[in-house]
Amino acid sequence: MRNYLRLYIISALFFLAATLIFGLLASWAFLYPETYNKFLPFYQLRPFHVSAALFWIISGATAGVLFYKNGELVPGKANPITEKLFIYTWLATIVVIFACYALKKFGGREYWEFPPVLSMPLLVSWLFLIASYFIPIVKSTRDKPMYIWMWGTGIFFFMITFIEQNLWQIPWFRYSYLREVTVQWKANGSLVGSWNQMIYGTSLYLMVKISGNENIARGKTVFMFYMLGLTNLMFNWGHHIYNVPTASWIRDTSYVISMTEWIFLLKMIHDFRSTLEDIKRLKHLITYRFIIASEVWVFFNLLLTLAMSIPAINRYTHGTHITVAHSMGATIGINTMILLGSFSYMLGIDKMSESFRKNIITNYWICQASLVVFWGCLIVAGFLKGYRSVTLNIKTFQEVMMPVMPVLKAFSWAAIPMAISLIIISGMYIYRAGTMKAEIE
Amino acid sequence: MFRLWIILFSVFVVYTCFVYTCCDQKNAPSTPPDSRVNAGWTLWQEKNCQSCHQVYGLGGYLGPDLTNTAGDPYKGEKYIYSFIKNGTGKMPNFNLNDSEVNNLVAFLVWVDRSGKNIVPKEKVTWTGNYNLDN
Ligand code: HEC
Ligand code: HEM
Repeated sequence: MRNYLRLYIISALFFLAATLIFGLLASWAFLYPETYNKFLPFYQLRPFHVSAALFWIISGATAGVLFYKNGELVPGKANPITEKLFIYTWLATIVVIFACYALKKFGGREYWEFPPVLSMPLLVSWLFLIASYFIPIVKSTRDKPMYIWMWGTGIFFFMITFIEQNLWQIPWFRYSYLREVTVQWKANGSLVGSWNQMIYGTSLYLMVKISGNENIARGKTVFMFYMLGLTNLMFNWGHHIYNVPTASWIRDTSYVISMTEWIFLLKMIHDFRSTLEDIKRLKHLITYRFIIASEVWVFFNLLLTLAMSIPAINRYTHGTHITVAHSMGATIGINTMILLGSFSYMLGIDKMSESFRKNIITNYWICQASLVVFWGCLIVAGFLKGYRSVTLNIKTFQEVMMPVMPVLKAFSWAAIPMAISLIIISGMYIYRAGTMKAEIE
Repeated sequence: MFRLWIILFSVFVVYTCFVYTCCDQKNAPSTPPDSRVNAGWTLWQEKNCQSCHQVYGLGGYLGPDLTNTAGDPYKGEKYIYSFIKNGTGKMPNFNLNDSEVNNLVAFLVWVDRSGKNIVPKEKVTWTGNYNLDN
C-alpha cells in the first residue's frame, strides 16, 4: 500500500473515532445543557460530531475509490501527484476546520458550520481528486463495469452539490428566505445521494471481488438501478422541505420520485433467497459480514424513508428525532458498515489471525445490537414529539419534550456500547494499517 | 448508456435553473432582507444558533423551532430580545450587545413573514400531499 493512502485510511478511521466520542458527549450535553454550557456547550459539540461524521464518510469513500481504481486501470496510468495533492489539502483543511470549532469560530450552514472561506481549499482539493480519477479512467480503454460509473458519478456530483450548498454566499440567493432554504436543502439532499453513489459503488465492487462473479456489475438491470439511484439523487430532496411554502411542483416532483424507492425495496425482497445463499457461502469473510449488515439496515431505513416521504406522515415526523433516526440510521447502519467492509478488504483483515478476527466479530455484534436500541429510541422519541406537538397540539416546547427526555436518555446509554465497539474496531484497523506495509506493497 | 446519462443530466440542469428562479413564486411576496436582517442572519450562523434551534423544522433539536416566534401573539419581538440578551440555563448567554441582539430579532421577524412552519390538517389532500397554494 502506498504511504499517502495509508495515512489517508488512518485519518479516516480517526475521524470515525472522533465522531463517536463527540457524539457521546453531544448526547449527554443534550440531556444536561446547563452543565455542559459551562465548559463544552452543545453548539460546539454538534458541529464537531456532524462534521467529523461527514469527513469520515467522504474520506472513507474516496480512500476506497483511490485504492480500488488502480486495479481497474491500464497499468501505469495512475497519477500519484494529484492523489497526494488531494489528500494533503483535504486533510490539512479538516485540521483547520476542527481548530475553528475549538475556538468557537463558526459561520457556515448546517453540517458545514465552519467559516465559509474554508470551503475554498476543500473545493480545490476536490478538483485534484477529479483529476486523479477521471483523467486515467477516461484514458483507460477497458470496458467499464458499473462501479466505475458510480464512483465517477459520486465524485462529480459531490462537486456540484458542494458548490450549490455555498451559493448562499451570493446575495441574490438570500433575497428570499424560501429560495435560500430550498437551495440549501436541495444541495444537502443531493450531497447524501452523491456519497451514496461512491459507497454503493464500493459495495458492488466488493461483491464482485469476493464472489468472483463479474456479471453482477454489468448488464441492463444494474444500469437501470444505477439510473434510478441517480434520478433520486437529482430530484428526491424535497422531503426535507415539504412544510416550507414553496411552489407546489417542488413537493409533487419529490413525492412522485421518492415513491420509485419502492422498486429498491421490492428488489431486495425478490433477491432475498439468493442473498441467503450468499450468506451461507461467504459469511466467514468479515468484509462480507459488514456488507450484509448494511443490506439489513438498507431495508429498515428504506421503510422509514418511504414513510417520511409521504407529506401526510412527514407532517408528524418533520423536525423530530425521527429525522435523526433517518440520518444516523443511514450514516451508521449503511454507510459506516459498507466502509468498514471496504476497509477490511483493503487492509486484508480476513487474512489476520483467528483471535484478531474473533475480536472484530464480537465487537461487530455488540455494535449491531446496540444500534438497534439506539435507532429504536430515536424513532420513539420522534414519534412522541410528533404526537404531542401535532396531534395533541401542546404549545410549550418544555411540555412537549417532557416524556421525550427519558427516551433520549436510553438512547445515550445505548450509544455507549456502540461507541466502544466501533472505537475498538477502528483502533484495530488503525493498528493493522500502521503495521502492514510489507504485505501489500 | 452515455446518451441516456446526458439526457437525464440535462433535465437536472433545467430543473435546477427552474428551482433557483421560481421555487418561491406565488406563496412568498418576499421583500429582500435589509442590512440589519443580513447582519442578524450572519450572526445567526456565526453563533451557531442553528445547532440548537430549527427554522421550518430544519436544524438542531435542543431548543424550540423559531420560524414563527416573532409572529406569535404571546411572544413577539420583546420576548425574543430578552431570551437572546440574557440566555437561560439551557440556552447560553452569548453576551451580545444591543445592536447585535436587535439584528437577530430583525432576522427572525423577516423569517416569520416568509410563511408558516406548521402545515394545518386541512391542507393535506387525498393523495397524501399538501396543497399550500393560496
Ligand atoms: C445550547 C443550545 C442553544 C443555543 C446555541 C441557542 N439556544 Fe436559544 N434556546 C435554547 C433552549 C433550550 C431554549 C428554550 C428555553 C429554555 O428551555 O431555557 C431556547 C429559547 C430561545 C428563544 C425563545 C423561543 C420560544 O419560543 O420560547 C429564542 C428567541 C432563542 N432561543 C434564540 C436563540 C438565538 C438567536 C440563538 C443564537 C444566538 C440561540 N437561541 C442559541 C437553546 C439554545
Ligand atoms: C456514539 C454514538 C453516537 C451518538 C451518541 C450520536 C449522537 C448524536 C446527537 C446527539 C446528534 C444531534 C441530534 C440533535 O441535534 O439533537 C447527532 C447528529 C448526527 N449524527 Fe450522531 N451520534 C453517534 C454516532 C454517529 C455516527 C457513527 C455517525 C456517522 C458516521 C453519526 C452521524 C450523525 C449525523 C449525520 C447527524 C446529523 C443529524 C441531523 O441533523 O439530522 N452519528 N448524533
